[in-house]
Amino acid sequence: MGEVLLALIAVPLLSAVAFMLIPSRYPQLVRYVALLSASAQFVMSLVVFFSYQFEGGNGLRFDFRWGWLENVVFLGPDGITLHLAVDGIAAPLVLLTGIVILAAVVVSWNITYRNKDFFVLLFLLVSGVFGVFLSQDLFFLFFWYEVAVLPMYLLIAVWGASSDFGTFIRTKEYGAMKLVLYLVAGSALIFIAIFATFVEADIGTFDLPALGQVQYDTDFQKAVFPFYMIGFGVLAGMWPFHTWSPDGHVAAPTGVSMLHAGVLMKLGAFGILRVGMTLLPEGAEFWAPVLMTLGVIGALYGAISALAQTDLKYMVGYSSVSHMGYVLMGLATMNDIGVSGAVLQMFAHGVMTALMFTSVGAVYDQAHTRDMTVFGGIAKKMPRHSAFWAIAGLSSLGLPGLAGFVAELFIFVGTFQAGYYWAGALGILAAAITATYILRMLARAYFGPLNEKWEGLREMRLGEQFAAVLLITFLLFMGLAPWPFVDRISETVRNLPVITS
Amino acid sequence: MQEGLNFDWKLLAPEYILVAWAGGLIMLDLFWPAGGWGRFGRLGKEPLGYIAAAGALISALVSLIWVDDTTDFAGLVDIDDYTTLFRVFFGLIGAFACVASARYVKERLLHAGEYYAFILLAVVGANGMAAASELLTAYISLELLSFSLYVLTSYAKFDLRSNEGGLKYMLLGAFSSALLLYGISMIYGATGSTEYAAIGEALSGDTSGIDESLFLGLALIMAGLGFKVAAVPFHMWTPDAYEGAPLPVTALISAISKSAGFALFLKLFASAFEPKIDDWRYFIAGLSAATMILGNLVAIQQSNIKRLLAYSSIGQVGYLLMGIAALSPDSASALVVHLIGYVVTNLAAFVCVIIWYNWTGKEEIKDFAGVRERAPVLAYALSAALFSLAGMPLFAGFATKFILFQSAAEENLLWLAGIAVTMSFVSLYYYLIIIKEMFLGKPEEGPAFPAPWPEYGALALLIAGVLLIGLYPQPLFDAVDTGTAVLFQEQASTVSGR
Repeated sequence: MGEVLLALIAVPLLSAVAFMLIPSRYPQLVRYVALLSASAQFVMSLVVFFSYQFEGGNGLRFDFRWGWLENVVFLGPDGITLHLAVDGIAAPLVLLTGIVILAAVVVSWNITYRNKDFFVLLFLLVSGVFGVFLSQDLFFLFFWYEVAVLPMYLLIAVWGASSDFGTFIRTKEYGAMKLVLYLVAGSALIFIAIFATFVEADIGTFDLPALGQVQYDTDFQKAVFPFYMIGFGVLAGMWPFHTWSPDGHVAAPTGVSMLHAGVLMKLGAFGILRVGMTLLPEGAEFWAPVLMTLGVIGALYGAISALAQTDLKYMVGYSSVSHMGYVLMGLATMNDIGVSGAVLQMFAHGVMTALMFTSVGAVYDQAHTRDMTVFGGIAKKMPRHSAFWAIAGLSSLGLPGLAGFVAELFIFVGTFQAGYYWAGALGILAAAITATYILRMLARAYFGPLNEKWEGLREMRLGEQFAAVLLITFLLFMGLAPWPFVDRISETVRNLPVITS
Repeated sequence: MQEGLNFDWKLLAPEYILVAWAGGLIMLDLFWPAGGWGRFGRLGKEPLGYIAAAGALISALVSLIWVDDTTDFAGLVDIDDYTTLFRVFFGLIGAFACVASARYVKERLLHAGEYYAFILLAVVGANGMAAASELLTAYISLELLSFSLYVLTSYAKFDLRSNEGGLKYMLLGAFSSALLLYGISMIYGATGSTEYAAIGEALSGDTSGIDESLFLGLALIMAGLGFKVAAVPFHMWTPDAYEGAPLPVTALISAISKSAGFALFLKLFASAFEPKIDDWRYFIAGLSAATMILGNLVAIQQSNIKRLLAYSSIGQVGYLLMGIAALSPDSASALVVHLIGYVVTNLAAFVCVIIWYNWTGKEEIKDFAGVRERAPVLAYALSAALFSLAGMPLFAGFATKFILFQSAAEENLLWLAGIAVTMSFVSLYYYLIIIKEMFLGKPEEGPAFPAPWPEYGALALLIAGVLLIGLYPQPLFDAVDTGTAVLFQEQASTVSGR
């Protein structure tokens, strides 16, 4: 089974090479190859998720190793190995990536400008994302992390859209460069922390399970954990380092926004959990109140900012900041319910935000504006689209029966259990604000009397409907039958050093 | 002089081949009809470049005879794995430089034969710098390399910038040579020898700390070599020489002068000055920090691609100096691996720029607008090279930088590794500006570009190298580990022998 994990990285990477080789006069062929490759990834991610055996402890499944660099310089045997494996945390996130890439390829069907280049970069990004989730080697985790960041600039700057605010313009180049600079600044911190960890461990290997066995000095843990926390936190949209996220998401084309908000931001939270909290549990314990505070501020601040937006896409962008705030709160609880809730929220938010960006993209493609105040009653023209929007919004505000509810419930219970009553209360307040901006947006733009200006709107494209149905299937699946997720996640989370201590 | 000196002239065969080839090229040029031969007439003197490249390749192949052999020539040069590694490396650099020059020289420069002869002589000088086991031999080799490059820099003799760059390079180079020579005399005075091994022995026997003449000698040598490799604050000649020199010469300077400088730097400091490492380590660390900060920050401001690459190469020198500051067997091999990765990447970037310049005659960053439309392969290749220079994964830069920085962190230089990481991400910014021009800029209207296959062939090989080092570096690491291990074995034997 280990080969499946390798295939999950190799298939998108090789597809990217294949796109380069297809002459650009066959754009339709590029699309079909992309669809084929994305479907294969989706199927493989389903296989990985459902065949993952959660009983029997936190063991890694489907172990795959390939010695990459060993017995040279300071590296001992197994110095750097391409070590891939799945645990209960990675399994749902791999599934999430499989879902979102399939949806994103279908939604990106209408890209005509250099669509070959677009898919090359998109699949490069996806191979990086799979790599991060599957890597059990610190070097390769970071390697794939950078692979996922690498194509972002071009994806946004070439295929994105600038936003005109009347008094000023936020260009796509601005959004792209801001995103890249923030992310690489975060990477620099992670880089330094990895160097320090490797020197401190002094075992000549970057293998994560081996590094996890090492007992690090408490002062060292306290000193280095913030590097991981902030470095990865930047990508997770942690307040106050979140400002790249709305600008970047808004500038990006729909498919890229879906992947970026849906999956890429999860890499940040995943990194804090996989590297920071696993290797440095005492440091994590020490910094947990800070992480909790930043998470709560993010949740509240994101929600309030979303409330102030009239641009649909900016609203979704800030709502991502808010929901990633919940994820950080869940991580900061350091108990099994809270941390499991954080992982559940990563999955739930990933699917939900992909659905939201699909919907925004569908309306923007036709109306060429995203200003919710100029719409009105367009549900009459786009009934399915409005229903999809409403489901995404309801999941986002935590309606029982949808994925968001399960995740937020876990997080809030965990927060109260850990004794952060104030944080739990503020988090619930943020959820209430979420309900306000979602429902108000639906009321303003979708319901009520139809604004005649939008008489010409038509239903979203079939591909977009397919993507939306696919995403909603999983929202409902997790909302109604959360146990396949909860079982897998909590079994692994319970055995994390930071929980057991 | 001792008895039993080994005057085995065969050991210098690669250098003889290069020198003979250089002389032969000058002669061949005299008899080469300006209109070229027969039906290859349109090529003009272009084939001379490929012939020169063949010579450099042959010398690289011949030097493989001494793999895993350790011997020396009269105590002046060592022929061992370290030398072999660099002979092969410099031979390949020379070959790529000749291929990249061929069309440029035919179209824009006079006296093709001498041009290639100077490239081959530069390779001879570089080989000597890596092989030297004695300060004066090292100095003479360095002068041979430098003089070839001075001439090549000012080769476009009707171009004012070329003359200015060449003159500046020569004046500052002569000044730095004087510093170096003065430093050598100080070291000779302090230790009584110019041989690396003997200096190392004298220094390791001496426990009284560092005295004035030794200190002054070390400082002067560091300054002299700092000039040659363009470390801040001795970097002033670099941007002007880079900008003024004909493009392929700029590529050659950035590749060979830097790597030969570091081959000498590493060997000298590992075998002669290692015993006093605690006295000089922080000077080098300071130079390294200043070099990478200044190089990368000033690069942001540049509008000319040659100047940008010049400052970016200064930044790279800062990273490489980390390997000297953290001197240990690990960091030495990490340094050489990064050096090789950097040179391959940088040559790939320069070949792209040369191809573009051959077509358009332009070298400002804004002139790269719309390369994606007019020459997609070139745009992808240059993006790959720039991402590699910035240290992004899949390409050489990530793996080699990661190992180099980690090796500095292993030697208690985590702060320096932190600065290096930060600066390497700063560099991503200015590389992205070029990439942005290529992919987003509006292309100029112009004729379709013919694909020159020798240049594209060289580019394909270099990009393959960038990807190979980035995706599977084990063979390179093994080879370099073997090469650099020699330096530390010698030293271990001197220490045990005392």
